[in-house]
Amino acid sequence: MVNHPIPSEVARGLRKPKAGHAAIGGGLWSPFTLVLGALIAIAMFFLAQRFIHGLGAVTNINNGYPWGIWVVWDVVIATGFACGGYAMALVTYILNKGEYHHLVRPALTASLFGYSLGGLSVLIDLGRYWNFWHILWPGYAQPGSVMFEVAACISLYIVVLWIEFSPAFLEHLRQRNLKAKLNKVMFVFIGLGVLLPTMHQSSLGSLLVVFGYQIHPLWQTPLLPLLFLLTAVCMGFAIVILEATLAAVGFKRDIHEELPLLSKIGKIIMGILVAYLMIRIGDLVVRGAIFQVFSSGIKSVMFLVEMAAFAYPVAVLSSPANRRRLSKLLAAALSMLTGAVLYRIDAFLVAYDTGPGWHYFPSAPEIMVTIGVIALEVLAYIVFVRKFPILPGHSTTAAAE
Amino acid sequence: MTFTRRNFLRAAAGGTAAAAACATLAPSPAQARDNKPIPEHAVGLLYDSTLCIGCKACMSACKEANNLPLEDNIGEKLWDTPLELSGYTYNVIKIYQNGTMEHKDKAVNGFAHIKRSCLHCGDPSCVSACPVSAMTKDPVTGVVGYNKDACIGCRYCVAACPFGVPQFQYDTPVPQIAKCQLCRHRMAEGKYAACAEHCPTGATIFGTYAALSAEIERRKAMTPGEPNLFPRRTPESGDTHERASAEYVDHVYGQKELGGTQMRYLSGVPFDKFALPVDLPERSYAANSETLQHTLYGGMVLPGVALAGLVAAAWRGSKDHDDDDGHNGGHNHG
Repeated sequence: MVNHPIPSEVARGLRKPKAGHAAIGGGLWSPFTLVLGALIAIAMFFLAQRFIHGLGAVTNINNGYPWGIWVVWDVVIATGFACGGYAMALVTYILNKGEYHHLVRPALTASLFGYSLGGLSVLIDLGRYWNFWHILWPGYAQPGSVMFEVAACISLYIVVLWIEFSPAFLEHLRQRNLKAKLNKVMFVFIGLGVLLPTMHQSSLGSLLVVFGYQIHPLWQTPLLPLLFLLTAVCMGFAIVILEATLAAVGFKRDIHEELPLLSKIGKIIMGILVAYLMIRIGDLVVRGAIFQVFSSGIKSVMFLVEMAAFAYPVAVLSSPANRRRLSKLLAAALSMLTGAVLYRIDAFLVAYDTGPGWHYFPSAPEIMVTIGVIALEVLAYIVFVRKFPILPGHSTTAAAE
Repeated sequence: MTFTRRNFLRAAAGGTAAAAACATLAPSPAQARDNKPIPEHAVGLLYDSTLCIGCKACMSACKEANNLPLEDNIGEKLWDTPLELSGYTYNVIKIYQNGTMEHKDKAVNGFAHIKRSCLHCGDPSCVSACPVSAMTKDPVTGVVGYNKDACIGCRYCVAACPFGVPQFQYDTPVPQIAKCQLCRHRMAEGKYAACAEHCPTGATIFGTYAALSAEIERRKAMTPGEPNLFPRRTPESGDTHERASAEYVDHVYGQKELGGTQMRYLSGVPFDKFALPVDLPERSYAANSETLQHTLYGGMVLPGVALAGLVAAAWRGSKDHDDDDGHNGGHNHG
């Protein structure tokens, strides 16, 4: 085992001079948080319109494109971004790579908000949201539906995430006994916390299988669940690199000690992406869809951009020297995330063609709501890392001053 | 450490392998779900484009029977003028036009009508997609019905339907899905689909699936140009009219598409001219999707095995990670 500092211990030590205040401290009011607040207010305004006048008053969705960015971004992509907790739990607790341990909590925090807000976003998008509980209610629930599987797993996972995260609260509340008891059974929730994302992240791909011919052959395949799962895990690792960088910049923390781990994560990303590209291209060849790579207009263009965004990180990360440089790691992670976002947008919207005459591009108010949800997520993250012991303790010197 | 890394890796590998298998197993033939068959006593519609004169009496009757509001798309506010199916229109007659439009039921320099409404699939995508059993297929009549009180408004049915039938209402805070339910509320009163009842030429007729199959065969056997009798309302109504039969294309739309539908079409014009999806497979998309789901989640066997492996791995791992509550254990270990 690698020796590493204990976040809670360090956080507690840091808290003392600040008389029981935030874990990394600092005020909550800043120009940045005020902008976030304003974006949230704008989103609330449009949401009021949506609930008073209906979905059409705010969104551009229609009966040719009944799912817009409130589904594809707020749920399908946002929960992919929120896979950091899943990816880190997988390597730390399941593959038992203890060295990653102190990256788990920040990743888990982002997952917590990503999923919780993804779950809430569903309510915004549901036309008959007051019936939402039917999806888990015997007599209504329809297990043959892929949507049922997604909804059940995401709901359960949100609960599991809050349980996995609760030690941070209990530390803050000084409930040591309760925390010790919880930690004794935590392995059950860790197991669930890996199984549930495996299930629903793959099912997000399975959602499209029933669409049949309406999804272009470059994306429609029985391997959709596997491809969605691989990109989700990869998004999880990429987001950990991005988070570590943003936290270092935003909270003026030294990232030097985390870099060796981030470079190992870079290597994992490269491995998964190689597997992904081989499966994706192999599947296209087997199904004969490879011949449509250049002949399908805008769909071909999007496909090629998407594949380039997946291939670039492999090229960059294949060099060990590049993996030791934060700038290269970050570029690879951002390219990977771009590819994964495009893959989801392409599969759900670009590849989707339900017949002639239908068009969809999100309206400005629709986009503002999605931006508001993201702003809420970022704001919640900032509040939590300032209030609770989340970030690795070893490099919080600047904030502790 | 109280356990060897090798032991641990074995457990971990088991867990992750099971988890991976859970997500990656291709549909195995043993668990494949076949198309659901059309029920023995199914009812349906036959729409014969060559008999349709485009009077839209069926649209008017549908609105009245289903208590739907009029839609104005030409700004006159005098007539019901829907151009497509919508949140307030279950049934619409559209027209194919080409060139000079001289010849009815011809693809070149001709025109033809088409009725768009629910096809009542034998194995409907909407029913398979619906997570809350709001879309259901009647086990006896095979009618695909909708229950707004169960519906959560997720619009998976709208997206999934290969024929673009279910329509969502985007202009109200209390939206519903709109689709033809074959006037099942009228069947309770001993009546049948209003569109068939009001069609003056028998272009749309209502009947049992078997009776309609027989009628389709009778019409396919007719010699184009020869006078023949065509029933109105139902195949057995006895109310017939005589006219020269048209030349049908060799394709009964809905006979085989995705395992077959309970509304079927005859036409003199190829069906791709009506913007209907052609070259559909005979295997339903619902069967594809549910086979995948059953393979991965059947009896929750794979997830159960995966969970056992993952929990075991996490349990072994947790002994190595008690630093989460560092004040109980030592600072440095391992």
